[in-house]
Amino acid sequence: MSRHDAGAPEPAARDEWLGESARKPRRRRVVLADTTKSRGKAMRTLIELEEQTSVGEKLVRDLIKQQLRSAFGLAGMVLLGLCFLPFLFFAFPQIADIKLLGIHLPWLVLGLAPFPILYAVGWVFRRQAERHERDFVNMVDR
Amino acid sequence: MNTTIWSLAGIGAVALVTFLLGYVGSRKANTTPDFLVARRSVPATRNAAAISGEYLSAASFLGVAGLVLKDGIDALWYPIGFTAGYLALLLFVAAPLRRSGAYTLPDFAEARLGSTNLRHFCTFFVVCIGVLYLVPQLQSAGLTLTTITGLPSWIGALAVTVIVVVNVLGGGMRAITLVQAFQYWGKLFAIAAPTFVLFVVFLASPSQGTQPIDDNGVMRFPKSEVVEIKESVRLRVTEPMTLRAEGTVDGAPANGSVYWREGRYEIGPNTKLSFTAGSPVPVVDGAPPNNDSWMRPQVGGIWNLFETYSLIFATFLGTMGLPHVLVRFYTNPDGKAARRTALHVLYLLGLFYLFPTVLGVLSRLYLPRLLVNGKTDAAVLMLPEAMVPNLGGQILGAIIAAGAFAAFLSTSSGLVVSVAGVVSTDIMPGKVRDFRWATVFTGMVAIGLALLLPRSDASLTVAMSFALAASTFCPLLVLGIWWRGLTWVGAVCGMIIGGGAVITAYALSVVSSYTGHWAPGVFTQPALITVPIAFLTMIVVSKATRRRRPQDVNQILLRLHAPDPLGFIKDRDIARFGTAEEKARLAESKPRGSTRSL
Repeated sequence: MSRHDAGAPEPAARDEWLGESARKPRRRRVVLADTTKSRGKAMRTLIELEEQTSVGEKLVRDLIKQQLRSAFGLAGMVLLGLCFLPFLFFAFPQIADIKLLGIHLPWLVLGLAPFPILYAVGWVFRRQAERHERDFVNMVDR
Repeated sequence: MNTTIWSLAGIGAVALVTFLLGYVGSRKANTTPDFLVARRSVPATRNAAAISGEYLSAASFLGVAGLVLKDGIDALWYPIGFTAGYLALLLFVAAPLRRSGAYTLPDFAEARLGSTNLRHFCTFFVVCIGVLYLVPQLQSAGLTLTTITGLPSWIGALAVTVIVVVNVLGGGMRAITLVQAFQYWGKLFAIAAPTFVLFVVFLASPSQGTQPIDDNGVMRFPKSEVVEIKESVRLRVTEPMTLRAEGTVDGAPANGSVYWREGRYEIGPNTKLSFTAGSPVPVVDGAPPNNDSWMRPQVGGIWNLFETYSLIFATFLGTMGLPHVLVRFYTNPDGKAARRTALHVLYLLGLFYLFPTVLGVLSRLYLPRLLVNGKTDAAVLMLPEAMVPNLGGQILGAIIAAGAFAAFLSTSSGLVVSVAGVVSTDIMPGKVRDFRWATVFTGMVAIGLALLLPRSDASLTVAMSFALAASTFCPLLVLGIWWRGLTWVGAVCGMIIGGGAVITAYALSVVSSYTGHWAPGVFTQPALITVPIAFLTMIVVSKATRRRRPQDVNQILLRLHAPDPLGFIKDRDIARFGTAEEKARLAESKPRGSTRSL
């Protein structure tokens, strides 16, 4: 690959990146990462996925839906929680008078609490997403 | 003068270590035949440190504490938002984006929607966001050097620009994981150690040198103080007071004792204000005038509430669209590792952001004069000397100055590399020479704007680039990854309308800052309105142009979402689609080995 032909990407390059199946429906050998198990059935599922038969498409759609549900659920929870706080402070200004360990409560709530919570949400999502992917792989690999 | 020497020594040390690590790292990368493979074996924790190192900019290091000093508790939404942005990135884009194999946002857009028009629009917005993010870095660099040495601020901004451009050109400051990771830990140390020491000093003698507060919560100067105002500010006086003024006040020359009643005063540049001990502290217009309103959240009424929501939206959704963030995620081996990295970034950022808040609160007690001249971003730099006026304070100050310098360098370098990479591949032919020209060009535009635009607080300007990213790339990424129905026409329309609205709002607020501050807060924090508009436009227009959906959308979504062990991940050809920086490295590693100018 010469470095002089690196200008605006041509359509051909994109097709190349997308793989052959994007251009013409042709059978293509896909190698599994795990080579120890019997691969006949898994290979068929993989090819179905790649070629987007109705079965393959359904499988992928379900996976995306699952992941999206996790992501949206958690993001919605966090965003609602965050957006509720300013409203709470706005509607009930007396909260600011509460003191905990000599520090006003809102300072603790905004200065300390969000960071572990954000991490915890991220951790939960990582676990859910990896479980969904594992289930998917197991199903394909059955 | 001693402080200057210590701080300059600290800055010099940071620059030196950065150079050295970069030099060692780039030599190592050059000897590795397949540079990319070497890079993809980076463990998630170190990768996360590198991402955090690049992400923690002047806005985080100086800006957050400055805003806490000025605006009080409502400023805490900045660190929360800056961190939460990575959660959104983790939830919606980290793994699929890594699996897409795209290096830059225009790359992703073109791969997903198959339109070169869209690619050009993305390039335009990457440049906008990158430059908008660079400007506050350079302005803060100027402020830092002014605070340390007293030189005019353009020298500092110019110095950082030159250093960054020369580094990027020479190859000494490449996006090498080791350098960025080192800079994260360096910055963490530079803010954590002084915070601990100063907090202990404060606990040992809480009332020494702090400004007394009377029963009404009005702040007063503890001792007589002369405040020099270099750039014009608008001050708000809530209690009648007398003081000496030399310079211009409200457009008229003033020299001698003046009496200020309640109201707003326009102070011209190069004015000296002398306050007597016990006189109330006038504050910059727009900041809470007394400690009571500083302490309480959401006292500014419904507009303040709107601004807070807008900020939460902008930072939560904007992080994923920042040009220098995505490139770094590409160093992960696969989608799963990208997710782990993003999670670890959440931990590292949360750890860092505990400290600026404490410093901001402390500087409220010790540095009321910053409220008068409006340079609240300098709070972190000046606090050690104000609290510990001896050698210890000077050393702490030097540590902080070095950390701040690391923040400018790492973020600016990352931005310049990613903007120049996009400019050189998408606008110019994409050869090594073009990358170099693009770097110089980016640096020149950024420094020009940094000197031209009025200096506002670093976090505010940065929040603007978050708003722009949230209104353009966030909908493109989220809809592109999760929705089959997106078309390139819809994406372009959404980006034009969302991004156009943000740019218009920003332009109006800049104009308003020159012509009497008439623009309401909506114009500085427009995300709450522009983000939904951008999403809606994309969805509606995509539905209307249904037949322009790419034919291969199913294959692409499969590639984005299929778990890594199935082996659908396929990286785009590096020589063609890599950023110019990577191409430059590949091209250079062939003809010559280790000769390299730093």
